[in-house]
Amino acid sequence: MSSSTTERKLVVDRRGHFLPLSPSEVGSAGKTGSWRTERPVLSPEKCTSCYLCWLYCPDDVITMEPRGPEGNEIPVIDYEYCKGCGICVDVCPVNALSMISEEEPIEIQR
Amino acid sequence: MANSIPKPQWQVTGQLIPMRGNDAVAYAVKLARVEFVAAYPITPQTIIVEKIDEMISHGELEADMMHVESEHSALAATYGAAIGGVRAFTATSSHGLAYMYEVLWWVAGSRIPVVMAIVARAIGPPWNIHVEHSDVMVTRETGWLVSVAENNQEALDLTILMFRVTEDPRVYLPGIIGLDGFILSHTVEPVDVPPQEVIDEFLPPRRQPYVFEPGRLVAMGNLMPDEIFEEHRIDMHYSLASASRVIKEAGREYAKLTGRDYSNLTECYRCSDADYLIAGTGSWMGDAKIAVDLLREKGLKFGALRLRWIRPFPWDEVREVGLNKKLVVILDRSISFGYAGQLFIELSSALEAKPSIVGVPAGIGGLDISYSDIAYIGEEAVRLLEEKGRIYIPVLWYHLGGFKSLPPSRQIETTRRAQFLSIDIESIGEDENR
Amino acid sequence: MIEMALNIKSLPKKKYVMPGHAACPGCPETIGFRHLGMALGDKAVTVIPAGCSAVIQGLWPKQGWGLPALNIVFAAGAATASGLARALERRGVDAHVVVWAGDGGTADIGLQSLSGAAERGENIIYVCVDNEAYMNTGIQRSSLTPHGAWTTTTHRGNPGTKKPIPQIVAAHRVPYVATASIGYPWDFIAKLRKAAKIRGFKYIHLHAPCPVGWRFDAGLTGKIAKLAVETGAWILYEYENGKLKLNPPSNRLLDPSKRKPIEEYIKLQGRFRNISPESLEVLKRDIDRNWEEIRTALRAQGDL
Repeated sequence: MSSSTTERKLVVDRRGHFLPLSPSEVGSAGKTGSWRTERPVLSPEKCTSCYLCWLYCPDDVITMEPRGPEGNEIPVIDYEYCKGCGICVDVCPVNALSMISEEEPIEIQR
Repeated sequence: MANSIPKPQWQVTGQLIPMRGNDAVAYAVKLARVEFVAAYPITPQTIIVEKIDEMISHGELEADMMHVESEHSALAATYGAAIGGVRAFTATSSHGLAYMYEVLWWVAGSRIPVVMAIVARAIGPPWNIHVEHSDVMVTRETGWLVSVAENNQEALDLTILMFRVTEDPRVYLPGIIGLDGFILSHTVEPVDVPPQEVIDEFLPPRRQPYVFEPGRLVAMGNLMPDEIFEEHRIDMHYSLASASRVIKEAGREYAKLTGRDYSNLTECYRCSDADYLIAGTGSWMGDAKIAVDLLREKGLKFGALRLRWIRPFPWDEVREVGLNKKLVVILDRSISFGYAGQLFIELSSALEAKPSIVGVPAGIGGLDISYSDIAYIGEEAVRLLEEKGRIYIPVLWYHLGGFKSLPPSRQIETTRRAQFLSIDIESIGEDENR
Repeated sequence: MIEMALNIKSLPKKKYVMPGHAACPGCPETIGFRHLGMALGDKAVTVIPAGCSAVIQGLWPKQGWGLPALNIVFAAGAATASGLARALERRGVDAHVVVWAGDGGTADIGLQSLSGAAERGENIIYVCVDNEAYMNTGIQRSSLTPHGAWTTTTHRGNPGTKKPIPQIVAAHRVPYVATASIGYPWDFIAKLRKAAKIRGFKYIHLHAPCPVGWRFDAGLTGKIAKLAVETGAWILYEYENGKLKLNPPSNRLLDPSKRKPIEEYIKLQGRFRNISPESLEVLKRDIDRNWEEIRTALRAQGDL
């Protein structure tokens, strides 16, 4: 573990007592992207940068970045941790997101 | 008896004030500059909280007092304040302790110092508000330090010591001061209240392993892999067992400042040349000392071993004084139903059952036990020893001036059998003999 | 809508939930917790009694919440937060102490502690994340399970009706009580921010549809939350110093004809799949009664 030294500092005090503390960190349940059976995929040209997918994402795996066709902000999904629940697809008002099977060939996914 | 206050055996460093045991605890809370108190009323604990509230109202103590709706919340709120970085205290008895039981575990597992007084009382049903050690004894497994006072002076001193020891970085665990309901809690004795500057010198500002506040992005107590959980428990055990060293150190320093010596976890009265010991904890051990004097007048060389601390268990001290004795009579003011008194279980294992041992539950539910009762118990135990050569009796219950031998061991004939008021003396516990 | 969109973009982008936490896909509690962080920011400290939100944190040596999270035994959320809030205030630490509890930790085992803290007027924000059953232990009924709903302990449908906890808390005469929904984040965030400005005991009851326990597709959490409000099954309102006010869109739904049929809400949920016509009537009556009580209160205030 790369962050093991900082973790040790937090969970063990100066006397070496072992404290039941855990710092906030990604991946407390592992690489949860592996839970997915379907993945949300964006059609960037349809995105209106409304942020709703970001607002509703239960896993906080969406960041809005200026990578749209016109430099507009679009959701960028962290597939390492996205659990594929599909809420982003459901709340998108313009159908810019859709779910595709994890078994689909990878080329489709931009 | 003369009405004048007897001259105390200890050095008077501050003001000698006649007070109840519960007042003594409240004075200690004040001297420790406690900042937060949460409590729920239960007899016989109430005076502690009333007195603290009075001190706050009179501007003598600058603390937050929270009047919660239950003992469960009392300890939870005390814990919340303690984890938020202030010195916190609560007090309870009996059912109140039983009600907050799960929170005891939570506080200890968090490694957060908190101090609690337990004014010992029987647990119902039937309702009974009198002294018994059942409540104090159920705390042994929870990871708290547990001490039991013999008198009101000790109730004050141990409370102050407890803050110092629990907040020591080598310990970082919560602690309990037990004091006997009514016998100490409501009985006036002269107590030396040390000057504030003496306690300020003795007790440093609060230390704790961590504080919960904004920006500290941690969780306390989320799930842990089992192997790590076990290591956490190992560390708790290590810290609690080795707190003896910290207690002795603090006790020595307290002796220098007040003249009252707490450098041992036990107190032994006339033990060094004794053949026989009476062992126990709590206020009746004061009577046991008088009983020892009476027994010695009869030519029986008794000593009295008093456990001032239950946790950490005073292993070294108990073994040093007890291993080579002919007989140890263990008084228990509580019983682990189906086996024996808790101190019998603990002391007989520490002594490897090398001496002859008799466990005597007595005084349950506040039944009065005087020094003459204790002398009589000692005498009878010696008689049984001389008759049999060696004895190991978990339960020889002393009830209303007589004895009743009860399971798990085989029946022992005693000279004076207990007279029962409500149960059939012939049928109870006699089956094994038939 | 425009104003709403502008508001969304101004919200903090900081992660108040750590990707890779242990919640089920589509979990409403993590959605709500993100909004809690966005609303209160880094002054927030959470106290979390037993429940899903304890397990969601995942495994030591990491935790999945992006705020300090003090786990505590089931019944002690409000009491622990009370002590913590007093200690931090005493030490001069600027903080919002928030209880983040489930429906069981609030309405059942935690009710006494909640009532005590409310009565004492402790300066804390209490959020009940209501997923309408004991989801963490495997979907057992709580006193906030609606009538007729299947759970693993009500195989023939819940015989009881949902306990009116917001009214019970409001009856303590605390300065602020509100309901909110996962489906209306801007409303929840605004209510949290309002609560943060008020001194005393604040209570927000957050409706949180659970895909696993309610038996619906994980992608529909937001949709079902909205449907609950649009059908009138869940009502958005707030009591400020005892004065009741309906919030959008519930303020437009006093007239039953404006509400979508309740069937639209329940047909998407497996927990209502086998609800009998009689039970459905009881469920509807219970919802009507909630509205009737609101109407009565508004009338008494002179607002109707």
